[in-house]
Amino acid sequence: MITVTLLALWGLWELYRFIWVETGWTRPFPVNGTTMPHVHTIFKAFGQQSRFDGPLLISVLLRAALFTGKEALVGFLMGASIGFVIAIGLVHSRLAQRAFLPYIVASQTIPMLAVAPMVVVWLQAGWLSVSVIAAYLTFFPVAINTLRGLQSADPRAHELLSTYAAGRWKVLWHLRVPASLPYLFSALKVSATASVVGAIIGELPSSIEGGLGGAILNFNQYYSLVPQNLWATNLIAAALGILFFLGVVLLETLVVRRAPVQTA
Amino acid sequence: MSVVAIHGVTKTFPKGNVTALQEIDLEIEPGEFVSLIGPSGCGKSTLLRVIGDLIQPSAGSVDVNGKAAHQARLDHDYGIVFQDSVLFDWRTVAKNIALPLEMLDWNRAKRKDRVEEMMRLVELQGFGDHHPWQLSGGMQMRVAIARALAFEPPLLLMDEPFGALDEMTRERLNIELLGIWRRMESTVVFVTHSISEAVFLSTRVVVMSPRPGRIAGVVDIDLPQPRTVDTREDPHFFELVTAVRELLRGVGADEHGSVPAEETA
Amino acid sequence: MNVAARARDWVPAIIVFCAGIALWQLSIEIFNIQKFLLPKPWAIVHACWTQRHTLWSAGWLTLKEALGGFAIGSSAGMLFAAVLARFRRLGSALMPIAIAANAIPIIAFSPIFNAWFDPLSPAPRMATAAVLCFFPVLVNTLRGLTSVRPAQIEVMRSYAAGEVAIFRRVRVPTALPFVFSALKVATVLAMIGAIVSDYFGTFGSLGITIKNSVALFDFETAWAAILVASILGVLMYIAVSLAERFALQWDPTRQERGTA
Repeated sequence: MITVTLLALWGLWELYRFIWVETGWTRPFPVNGTTMPHVHTIFKAFGQQSRFDGPLLISVLLRAALFTGKEALVGFLMGASIGFVIAIGLVHSRLAQRAFLPYIVASQTIPMLAVAPMVVVWLQAGWLSVSVIAAYLTFFPVAINTLRGLQSADPRAHELLSTYAAGRWKVLWHLRVPASLPYLFSALKVSATASVVGAIIGELPSSIEGGLGGAILNFNQYYSLVPQNLWATNLIAAALGILFFLGVVLLETLVVRRAPVQTA
Repeated sequence: MSVVAIHGVTKTFPKGNVTALQEIDLEIEPGEFVSLIGPSGCGKSTLLRVIGDLIQPSAGSVDVNGKAAHQARLDHDYGIVFQDSVLFDWRTVAKNIALPLEMLDWNRAKRKDRVEEMMRLVELQGFGDHHPWQLSGGMQMRVAIARALAFEPPLLLMDEPFGALDEMTRERLNIELLGIWRRMESTVVFVTHSISEAVFLSTRVVVMSPRPGRIAGVVDIDLPQPRTVDTREDPHFFELVTAVRELLRGVGADEHGSVPAEETA
Repeated sequence: MNVAARARDWVPAIIVFCAGIALWQLSIEIFNIQKFLLPKPWAIVHACWTQRHTLWSAGWLTLKEALGGFAIGSSAGMLFAAVLARFRRLGSALMPIAIAANAIPIIAFSPIFNAWFDPLSPAPRMATAAVLCFFPVLVNTLRGLTSVRPAQIEVMRSYAAGEVAIFRRVRVPTALPFVFSALKVATVLAMIGAIVSDYFGTFGSLGITIKNSVALFDFETAWAAILVASILGVLMYIAVSLAERFALQWDPTRQERGTA
């Protein structure tokens, strides 16, 4: 299935290329070896040296992906755990909700990612400061969705637990948290990608060169000469994003297995 | 000419190789009110959908108004009401009732007049601009009935329309439905779980048996028309209820505990 | 709820806002934080005024880029979804790809758009914004178009309604709430696409203002530009929410969804 899809995408790419090159259409953009390199050129680039005498591109890129992945993962875990804990705090206090929720909600309507350069300079560039960007991009959706999930349990289930004289923590553990899991994971799926994006963007204004963001900036300068290097870098970035997403999906199938049974 | 003529209808679902209906023969004459009753899985809803050409039978034929069921559907020969009213949430009450009329390309003025008329019929005057969620379950069902009858189809198909309503609302709507049936002079095929509802409403009750779905027996209901609140206290009413219950016991309904299963979530 | 009670609900949030600003201002004075790290709130507002010409023209350009990308990406997403809903098998085959594509850091592709289009024109930023909007709108619209209640289709079929009538009268109304929630997300993505793709290049609008100001340690202007970007983002979001409120008057669950 995946193979068929990838082959179909390859076919579409080359077909589009062929038609536009043959007819000489320049809309929406002129097609040539620079704007759309052959797919095989891009893949061949993985096995070539990125610089004279340097290591192979694939090993450069994998190391960069590992670096960016570390930044994103640390930030993702920080943001998700803080978001989850804050949501648990908020669900128990109407006052805190009124005080802070409007700002958490509003954060979803503004381009938070744009703040990345300030954060990096602020925290004195380092991979951890890039993680902070990934963390705050993760924090807000996780906090909102978890709060919604914690409040989503059936009121009759709350009544039932009241008849057992269950305390606040029992209600939290046996009812609120299981009810919140589907909401939590739908936020985590969004945040997984966002944290990778945040890590890549965070590397741009700093002088961090070990990651994918640095690689993109670097190869972008040589794009007119070796466009396939930038394409190869972006393929790796895409793979990293999908990997993060799949990681969350995998975790969800492991964790939420019981949740629907409990809520049904 | 029969309004509905079913000959040798069999329906098997390839999934799980279930025989939902086997060799069903049934004729329904104009002006009849026929109830289909039976335990869960006896295929009564499937039979209703076969009449409405919403499900194709595996074998046999269904004629409605003397033509194939498919043609009858294209000719708008019947209206249908489902259990959970199936109103369109995004349309007001008036627009829900007007939906089939839009399908028939009636013009705006004509639609408006008919909608007014239907809302009077089901006693919902003044609710035209409400949205379905603003109405009670019983009112929603009345909208669904008005929608089904809006284009005056000669045949009305009803699939457990009152199954989700409380007992009091249900009995009131039963009487209203009979009033509408008399005034419109239409024919009704009515699927239900409830023995007393079937006996109270019908001129004929068709008892079906499960696995495979078959007709186990037919009880003619010769209670006088029009039926009123007093009908339910008539000794003959109880005799007929008993007759239907005996037939259902014969088909093994009690063992499965599925009759009368009036609570459907 | 009456006006007074509603106003009381907002009191804690307003207190937090004022306290935050005060704390910000105070901590700078007490700890003597250098102004290039964290400018005073007042300095940012001041920068909005002194830099108004730069910010106004950059903001206007950014808005055009974001709106253009939003319009192109969202309409393409809806159009594709309509086609995929019509050909169900194709739709279910392509759905996983669309979801996977949604997980790709698309912003990283903006340097390529600079190579495709004239980097001096708004086109590459618009393209980034469009691609960012495309996938969530596609996925959500398709989900909406296919999550109709089977019984409603049966009602339409009992009226001998064709595919076109079913599409118009059942699928589209069912999909609208899904479409609007995707469009709200898309407004933010369009803004991000228009601004953040500037960080890769040397031409652009608000993003370049931010990038260059940070490079010069002129944080007042950078924050002022962020403020302008946020205001534009909120305005786009509000515009879509108003359209939603108008289009979904019938929907009793809208309120609940709207706050979340």
